[in-house]
Amino acid sequence: MNGDRRASILATVAGLAAAWVAFDLLVFFYGESPRRLFVLLFEGTWGTPYGAGQVLFKATPLLFTGVAVDLALRAGLFNIGAEGQLAVGGLAAGIVGALLPPWVPGPLAVVIVLIAAAAAGGAWAFIPAVLRARFRAHEVISTIMMNRIADAAIGLVLGLGFALKGTVRTLDLASGARVPRLERFLPALRGSAVSLSLLAAVVLALVVGWSYRGTRWGREVSLVGMNPVACAAERIPVRSRIAQAMILSGALCGLVSSATVLGYKGYFEQGLGAGAGFGGLAVALLGRGSGVGLVLAALLFGTMQQGGLAINAYVPMELMDVIQGVVITAVALADARVRAAVVRSSRGAFA
Amino acid sequence: MTLTQTIFSVTMLAQTVRMAVPYACAALGGVWSERSGVVNIALEGTLLVSGLAAVAAHVASGSAAVGAFAAIVAGALFALVHAVLVARERVDAIVSGIALNLVAAGGTRFVLRSLYDSSSNSPSVAGFAVHVGAHASPAMALLLRTLTDPLTILTVVAAAASFFVLYRTRFGLRARACGEDPQAAAIAGVPVAPVRILAVTIGGMVCGLGGAALAFDQHQFQSGMSGGRGFIALAAVILSGWRPARAVLACVAFAALDALQIVLQDQSRVPREVIEMFPYVATLLSLVVIGLTRGAGRPPAGLGKHAESA
Repeated sequence: MNGDRRASILATVAGLAAAWVAFDLLVFFYGESPRRLFVLLFEGTWGTPYGAGQVLFKATPLLFTGVAVDLALRAGLFNIGAEGQLAVGGLAAGIVGALLPPWVPGPLAVVIVLIAAAAAGGAWAFIPAVLRARFRAHEVISTIMMNRIADAAIGLVLGLGFALKGTVRTLDLASGARVPRLERFLPALRGSAVSLSLLAAVVLALVVGWSYRGTRWGREVSLVGMNPVACAAERIPVRSRIAQAMILSGALCGLVSSATVLGYKGYFEQGLGAGAGFGGLAVALLGRGSGVGLVLAALLFGTMQQGGLAINAYVPMELMDVIQGVVITAVALADARVRAAVVRSSRGAFA
Repeated sequence: MTLTQTIFSVTMLAQTVRMAVPYACAALGGVWSERSGVVNIALEGTLLVSGLAAVAAHVASGSAAVGAFAAIVAGALFALVHAVLVARERVDAIVSGIALNLVAAGGTRFVLRSLYDSSSNSPSVAGFAVHVGAHASPAMALLLRTLTDPLTILTVVAAAASFFVLYRTRFGLRARACGEDPQAAAIAGVPVAPVRILAVTIGGMVCGLGGAALAFDQHQFQSGMSGGRGFIALAAVILSGWRPARAVLACVAFAALDALQIVLQDQSRVPREVIEMFPYVATLLSLVVIGLTRGAGRPPAGLGKHAESA
């Protein structure tokens, strides 16, 4: 186990180094100075309290979706549908939050809105979950389709009268249904949209990470992901665990709305939170099934997103999306190489 | 015009053929890859990368043929990366596909901004100029233009060639052997990883053709213009039982839904958003059908498996 962890840290470091080289090369060939851009990138992110706050703000949705995608991954599923699940979750949050009467006390309003968002996200994952468990339909295809359907469905629902006239946003949430920003407690973060939702995400990552060892359900889910045939033989309900993991993953994606709808905008609009779903895939693949790993990965990709804005005047910020893909590729490659090396060396030892 | 008349109109037929080309190319790419045993969800990214390559080369050279060639090369290179990562380095195929799709989505926008200072679309290009007789009605002209478009013709050729090479040549047999049982293929002396890499790369070339068709059809590249087609094509591959001719047929069915979306756009009874959902809902339904009927065929037995290295 210890060797496993060391191998996976080694692979991560190697992958990050490769991504670093890719960044330098791309910036260089674009005709800018990598060193200067790196300084800019640092100053725009961790260099100021505001920048750090914005990094944390960008990292919050990524952490929610990262935990969600990781949960599905434990059960052996690739939830590429986080994008759609967080969108319908946001829509539900926007609609329910706007319908709440103003006398509902704040904390209760937040809970109601988040339950609605999680239910909507879970419902959106329900279809791929059933398709997978009942019809063995590959979730990669079905969840992508659900993303596309979500786009259209959200437009449809907003058009039914839930949108502010002439816009693609919902009405404002009831005044209580807001998650306070951290600047209220840490004045240094003034202007940054990071909210208490960040703390919720971190706690969630740690609790969910613990539950894979600490609860029966969690253990069963991870065992199903490792070897469904053996689990079936042990009378673990494989198909329901797979479906449940997928649905719960969707519900967690719905919680992104705590950062976007409740913590930031105060309403839902089409496209709010977009990108966090695919970002969450990156976080989950880099975080490798540890709560702390997911937090660190979310911080890394949050830094890259905010850093992209900081260097946008010199190099298109889309560069950071490329680097994000390179990170996953390079880590996966390094991981495969390390594993192959371990197999070789153990063969040498026992041959 | 009644709904029936609309559905059986020449416009509908023309639009179906037009929309079928990118699907068919991506599906053929999927067949090549998966019959050799490599799961390929990077088709989506391949369409994007090759579409941008087609337009960029077209803009730079002024020639649509150069653009199409660039698309084929870009598709091949992109697929080659996936193939090497999966077949040689044994990275999980889904992980590699996800990562490459992210690189493609971000990379195409990065290049768009670098070259044309816009992250959403390229300047417009002519594409292949095909002349049809001036006497034809607009619908008939579209049909004739589509049928005589070099990319349509190349797609048909690619479909026939894929069938021939996969089923009638030694290389095709080897590729399929790698897809069915890599271990047995390796013992029989087939170099599994190189054969797979070649097969996936050939698939990337065909898929690249689809990217060019997609972009030339819109006369420009738009970021994210693949719109899930790579994944729908993959559903078509599964629906076809991993067989090239049937995969193309399944793609025509999906294309018909896209075409329906276009010809029904003007009517007002059904909301636009509902019509937009057609191809995606149909894909989900086809997955259900596959599950209920156990599909038109089983997947290659060695899909995602590797030969034990000796």
